[in-house]
Amino acid sequence: MALQNRHLLGLEGVSKEEIKLILDTATTFREVLERPIKKVPTLQGKTIVNLFFESSTRTRISFELAERRLSADVVNFSADMSSLKKGETLKDTARNIEAMKIDMVVMRHASPGAALFLSRVIDSVIINAGDGGHEHPTQALLDLYSIQEKHKRIDGLKICIVGDISHSRVALSNIYGLKTMGAEVAVCGPATLIPSEIEKHGIGIFNKIDDAIAWADVLNVLRIQLERQDRSYFPSLREYRKYFAVTKERIERAEKQITIMHPGPINRDVELSADVADGKHSIILQQVLNGVAVRMAVLYLLGTRS
Amino acid sequence: MTRKIIDEIGFGRTLTRLAHEILERNKGAGNIAIIGIRTRGEYLAKRIADIIFSIEKKEIKIGLLDITLYRDDLKEIQYQPLLKGTEIDFDLNKKDIILIDDVLFTGRTVRAALDELTDLGRPASIQLAVLIDRGHRELPIRADFVGKNLPTSLDEEVKVLMKEIDPEDSVVLKSLKEGGN
Amino acid sequence: MKYLFKNTIIIDPANLIEEPVDVLIVDGRIEKIRQSLSASKNDQEIDLRGNIIAPGFIDMHVHLREPGFEYKETIESGSMAAAAGGFTTVCCMPNTNPVIDDDSMVRWIIEKGKSVNQGIVDIYPIATITKSRQGKELSPMMELADAGAVAFSDDGSSVDNAEVLRRAMEYSAMINKPIIQHAEEPNLAKGGVMNEGFVSTSLGMPPIPSISETVVLARDLLIANYTKGKYHAAHISTRISVELIRDAKKRGTSASCEVTPHHFTLTDEAVRSFDTNTKMNPPLRAYDDLISLKEGLRDGIIDVIATDHAPHSFDEKQVEYLFAPFGIVGLETAIGLAITELVQTGYLSLNQLVEKLSVNPRKILNLPQVTIREGEKANLTILNPELRWIVEIEKFKSRSVNTPFNGRKLIGRAIGIFNNGQLLLND
Ligand SMILES: [Zn+2]
Repeated sequence: MALQNRHLLGLEGVSKEEIKLILDTATTFREVLERPIKKVPTLQGKTIVNLFFESSTRTRISFELAERRLSADVVNFSADMSSLKKGETLKDTARNIEAMKIDMVVMRHASPGAALFLSRVIDSVIINAGDGGHEHPTQALLDLYSIQEKHKRIDGLKICIVGDISHSRVALSNIYGLKTMGAEVAVCGPATLIPSEIEKHGIGIFNKIDDAIAWADVLNVLRIQLERQDRSYFPSLREYRKYFAVTKERIERAEKQITIMHPGPINRDVELSADVADGKHSIILQQVLNGVAVRMAVLYLLGTRS
Repeated sequence: MTRKIIDEIGFGRTLTRLAHEILERNKGAGNIAIIGIRTRGEYLAKRIADIIFSIEKKEIKIGLLDITLYRDDLKEIQYQPLLKGTEIDFDLNKKDIILIDDVLFTGRTVRAALDELTDLGRPASIQLAVLIDRGHRELPIRADFVGKNLPTSLDEEVKVLMKEIDPEDSVVLKSLKEGGN
Repeated sequence: MKYLFKNTIIIDPANLIEEPVDVLIVDGRIEKIRQSLSASKNDQEIDLRGNIIAPGFIDMHVHLREPGFEYKETIESGSMAAAAGGFTTVCCMPNTNPVIDDDSMVRWIIEKGKSVNQGIVDIYPIATITKSRQGKELSPMMELADAGAVAFSDDGSSVDNAEVLRRAMEYSAMINKPIIQHAEEPNLAKGGVMNEGFVSTSLGMPPIPSISETVVLARDLLIANYTKGKYHAAHISTRISVELIRDAKKRGTSASCEVTPHHFTLTDEAVRSFDTNTKMNPPLRAYDDLISLKEGLRDGIIDVIATDHAPHSFDEKQVEYLFAPFGIVGLETAIGLAITELVQTGYLSLNQLVEKLSVNPRKILNLPQVTIREGEKANLTILNPELRWIVEIEKFKSRSVNTPFNGRKLIGRAIGIFNNGQLLLND
C-alpha cells in the first residue's frame, strides 16, 4: 500500500484506503514525538523547500518541524504575492529553486490550482500547503486524525464546519476528506459566506448556530474576517458574534457532549468564546500536535515513495 | 529449490538454548529487557520471554522496534514498507537490552536498530540475539547469541517461519537460482 | 486571372443550389455558375467535390491586438488566422493601445488591413463607445463612422453608466451603427475568474455569477427599447440572457446578440483541469446555459456566431489560474466547433450556419450582403463539412495558441477563402 499520486495536491479523489494509510502512519510519528529525541533519520539527504507566498506562520512552522524531525534539509522561501506579480513568475521562481537540486516543495499560494500548476512545471514532489480557497489537505488530515483520536471513529459522526465557508480551503478539504471517511457533514454560517450549490456535495446547511450545535458531534470553527478583498459579507463582528459565535452558554444549553476544533489562529471572543477555546470540549491544542505528526506521515509517505 | 534447515522440534530446542545462554551471560533475568525487531523478532522476543519466565518465574519487559524510519535503503526498495510503529513502554536507561532478530545478514538492520535504541535512551548494554547467522556482513557487527550459524551464498534466501503468522515453526533455505537438471 | 471551381455545392441562403455546379471566377467576379463548365487555357481549375462554397464568413468580434500588443497578435497574423479559419472579413475590437477612439486610428487600421496578406481579408474596425474606453464621454461617433468604423464597443468592459449608454444608443442610431455591449456588472463580477456554481465551489475559485451578465443585459434591453437604438449583445453566455433577448425581440426592441463557439461547446466543468485556457470572460457556464445557447441559435434568438478571438502569449497564460488573463483564440477552430457541435447534432442546418456566420452579422453591421450569383464580386468561404481533423496548435497561423481545444477531434473545416481577387487554400 502506497499513495497513488506522487504529490499531495488535495483530498478530492484521495481514497479511503489512502487516507487511512496516512492516519495510521501518523500514529507512528505521534509515538516518535513522545521520545526524548524527537527525530528520526528517515529523510536524511533530502532537501525540502517551504515556498510560502502568503504568510502563514503556523502552517510553515508545523511543516518545518515535521521536516526537521525527519532529518531533511530545510530551506524556507517566503515572498509576498505582490513581488511575485511584479516580476518573476511562479514558474521562474520554482524552476530556479529546483535548479539547486531539491526533492520536495511545500507551497502556500493564493491561487486555486497553484500546487497543481507547480507540479506541471517542475519535477519535485509537491505538497499543497493551501492554494487559495481550494484545498489545504494536511490541515484536513490533521483534523481527521484529531477527530479519530477523540472519537475512535470518523464514520457516522456528524461534523459541522462553522464560519466563512466561501473563502476557506480548510472547509473544502475537510468536506472531501470527511465525506470519503463516511462522516455526515454540514456547514453553518451567514448565507453570504456559504458558497453556491455546496449542498451538491451531499452536505447540510445551517444558518442558525444553535441548530448546528444541536445536530453536531464535532464543530470545526473557522477563523472569521470582517473584510475580504474590501468586501463586506456581514454587517459587523458584533453582529457575527451575537448570532454565529460558538459560546459556552450555547453549548451548555444544548446539554450534550460536543468536540470543538479550530484550525487557528483564533479570534478569541469573535467566532469562538475564550472559555470554549480553552474548555473541556476543545481539542485545539491536540490538533496542533497532531499537525506535526500528520505532516511527518505525509512527508514520509511521499519522500520515500519509490 | 527449498531445503528445511530447522524443523519444529529443533526450533523449540534452539530457542530454549538461546534463553539459557542469555540468562547465563546476564546472571539471571534481573536487569534484562527484550526488544524484538519487527516483524519476526517480535514473536521470537515473546517466545524467549516465555521460556525465561518458565525458568526464572520472572516477567521480563518486552519491547518492539520498527526500524523502518532508520533504514538506509528506503529509496531503493520497491514496495514502501508499512509503518507498524515502535512500542517500548518502559525506560531503557540502565537496562541490559537483548535485541532480537530472526536472521543476521548484512548487519544493516541491526545498525538501524542500534541507532533507534540510542535515540530512545541509554541502556547499560545492548546484546544481540539472532536465530540464524547467515554471514555476508557489510558492517562490523556480530551477534552475542546465535541459534545456528548457516553458511549461505548470496543467491539463497533464509526464511524463518513462525506459527504466529506462518503454518509452522521452521527455518528453510531457498535457492533463488533456477533449480538444476 | 481565372479560377474554375468544379463540382461544388453552393450554400447561400439567398441563392441555394443543391446540385453540384461549377463556378467560374474572372478577375475577382463570379462570371458563370453552371453545370459542367470546361476550363480554357490559363484557368486555374480546382476540384471541390465534397466541399461547399458559402458567402464569405465574417467574424464580428475579434481582438487583433495591434497597436500595442503585437507580441500577442498583429493585424497581419490575425488576418492569416482568419483566412485559415475560413473568414473573409473580421471586425476588430478597439481595446488596443492606444484605443481606437479617433478617426486617424480607424483609418490606420483599415490601411494596415489592406496592406497585409495582399488584403485578402477585409478588416473592419470597431471604435470605442466612450473616449479611452472610460465609460464617461462619448467618442466622436460620426467622425469615426465616416472614417470606416462599423460599430461601437467598449468591449473588455461594460458601459456601466446607464445614462452614458442611453446617450450612446440615441447618438449612434442617427448613423445606424450598432452599440456592441460587453454586458457585465463590475461589482458582481469583481475578482471572479469562473462561473459561479458547483464547480467554482468545488475548486474554491472566486466566482462570476450569471447575474453579472443578465442584470446589465436586462437594463440595456430596456434602454434599447426606450431609445430605439441599435443594440448588439456581445458573447452572451447564460440561459436567462437568451430569454431576455427573446422577450426583447418580441417587444420589438432592435436587439441582436452573438455567442462564441466556446460557450456552446464547453461548460465550467472544463475548469476542473485548471487549464488557464478555460479562463475567459464571460466565463464558461453551466450545462443548462449551454443547451439554451444552442436552442437560442436554433430558434433564431441568437443571430450570430462570433469568436471573441482573444490572443494572449504563452507566457501570459502559463501562470496561476487567478493571475492568467481572460480569453482564448477562436478564429481557427470556429467552423470546426460550429459544425461539430451545432450541425452534426442537428441544431442548425448548414444554411442556418451560413446565416449566423455571414448573413446576420452583415445585416447587424449594415454591410452589403454577399451573395453567390453571376456578376457578383466573389467573396467566398470554401469548406468541407464532413472533414474529420484534429486541432493542432503547431499549425495555427495566429501568433498565439491559447486554446482549450488543442488535440480535439472536430468535423468540418475551412478549406480556404476567395476574396478581393485572391484565392487562399489551406494546406
Ligand atoms: Zn467582451
